[in-house]
Amino acid sequence: MIIVNNDFEPKLVGFLCRWCSYQGADLAGTSRIEYPPNLIPIRVMCSGRVDPSFVMKAYSEGADGVLIFGCHPGDCHYKEGNYKTIRRYSMMKKLLGEFGIEDERFRLEWVSAAEGEKFTEVVKDATEKIKKLGPLNWKEVLEV
Amino acid sequence: MEKPKVGFYWCASCGGCEEAVLDLNEDILKVVDAVDIIFWPVAFDFKKKDVESMEDGSIAVSFINGAVRLSEQEEVVELLRKKSGLVVAFGSCAHMGGIPALANISNKNEIFKRAYKKVPSVVNLEEIYPQEKVKLDVGELELPSFYNTVKPLDRVVDVDYYLPGCPPPPDLIMKAVHAILEGKLPPKGAVIASDKTLCETCERNKTKPDKLKIKEMKRIFEIVSDDEKCFLEQGIICLGPATRSGCGERCIKGNMPCRGCFGPTDSVIDQGAKFLSALASIIDTNEQGEIQSIVETIPDLIGTFYRFSLASSPLKRKKLKA
Ligand code: SF4
Ligand code: FES
Repeated sequence: MIIVNNDFEPKLVGFLCRWCSYQGADLAGTSRIEYPPNLIPIRVMCSGRVDPSFVMKAYSEGADGVLIFGCHPGDCHYKEGNYKTIRRYSMMKKLLGEFGIEDERFRLEWVSAAEGEKFTEVVKDATEKIKKLGPLNWKEVLEV
Repeated sequence: MEKPKVGFYWCASCGGCEEAVLDLNEDILKVVDAVDIIFWPVAFDFKKKDVESMEDGSIAVSFINGAVRLSEQEEVVELLRKKSGLVVAFGSCAHMGGIPALANISNKNEIFKRAYKKVPSVVNLEEIYPQEKVKLDVGELELPSFYNTVKPLDRVVDVDYYLPGCPPPPDLIMKAVHAILEGKLPPKGAVIASDKTLCETCERNKTKPDKLKIKEMKRIFEIVSDDEKCFLEQGIICLGPATRSGCGERCIKGNMPCRGCFGPTDSVIDQGAKFLSALASIIDTNEQGEIQSIVETIPDLIGTFYRFSLASSPLKRKKLKA
């Protein structure tokens, strides 16, 4: 039986690169676009700065989803950073699958400084999808 | 003067750590001269009640190997903790869960089904599984409970020091024994080994090109590996970049890549994630499809990246379907 808990508000951790995506999120704010308050944004210098252990730690400490935001390929302030992110992301996806963490709980998205709208769309979509999945609640996973 | 009392115990382990003690060769005589062994199930006939009758804190140090899988192991290590001044997690399994903790991608039910029913060498038509309590004519028999999740020692009791390795090499064991006997102890919680990565001390590092790049991953049995070149350069997964040194490069010298038994260095919280990061850096393509097909050539990421450290990583186990 699947119990759909409508009160469930997912906790999303977002890593936003300082040069594009964080500014995109800022633009969403200054343009007063409405979007769900479920994402805790963490500003990093580059999406390539997101050590895979940050992601693991986020899940283990209660995140229901993790989102990495970076500059579009070719636009990274450090040229190669987001390509490294793409390579890690593919491997992480497979690894997280082996841990039993569903696909929808981990996303990589490109958001430029001009894409405030896109940023809110992604957060909306991720929140909805993870709401449907239900809580991840890793502390409980460890109690079995 | 009374000699310091020492205890040894094994939990979920293969017995290799016990052999590592014997691998001390002649040095073991010095150890036996200097201490009084009061508990060592594999070698002596002391019983649990002998330990129970001792005063709290009266054992100078207990060396405990193996991960914690059964209630019985939990009970004995709790007892040893109470009776000992120091507790040393001896070997990879006590340190991080080790190989037995790879079973954390499964659970009790699945493991029992496999071991007592599905394996081809077992015929179990009545589906009889081990029970914790069984009533027989002679009375009730009891077996320890089998947990769903395997834990490293420090998730069960407070651990003072860690001796890493599968098994710990003799020189590190002697180093730890000397430090304890002479009271020259490192800070509590220390891993008694180097804090460098294996790559930093590996001979083959010299052969590494400035920019390591690989397009294809190979498994060690698929090729005749070069015995001087860095394994990663040959496309063979080697956990050197994410593993603590101090092992004496035993595997590398035997022309086998590092599998990570010493665990990560002090500053790293997740050995598997750290290695994933290192490996992703050297994959020589930015094309999504190509990256994907390279990733697909590694069959078992948890087993490869967390071979010894799964139970002590942030996630610790697989999430089972509800
Ligand atoms: S990757 Fe392995 S073989 Fe290469 S330098 Fe590091 S430890 Fe040595
Ligand atoms: S700076 Fe934005 S992804 Fe590198």
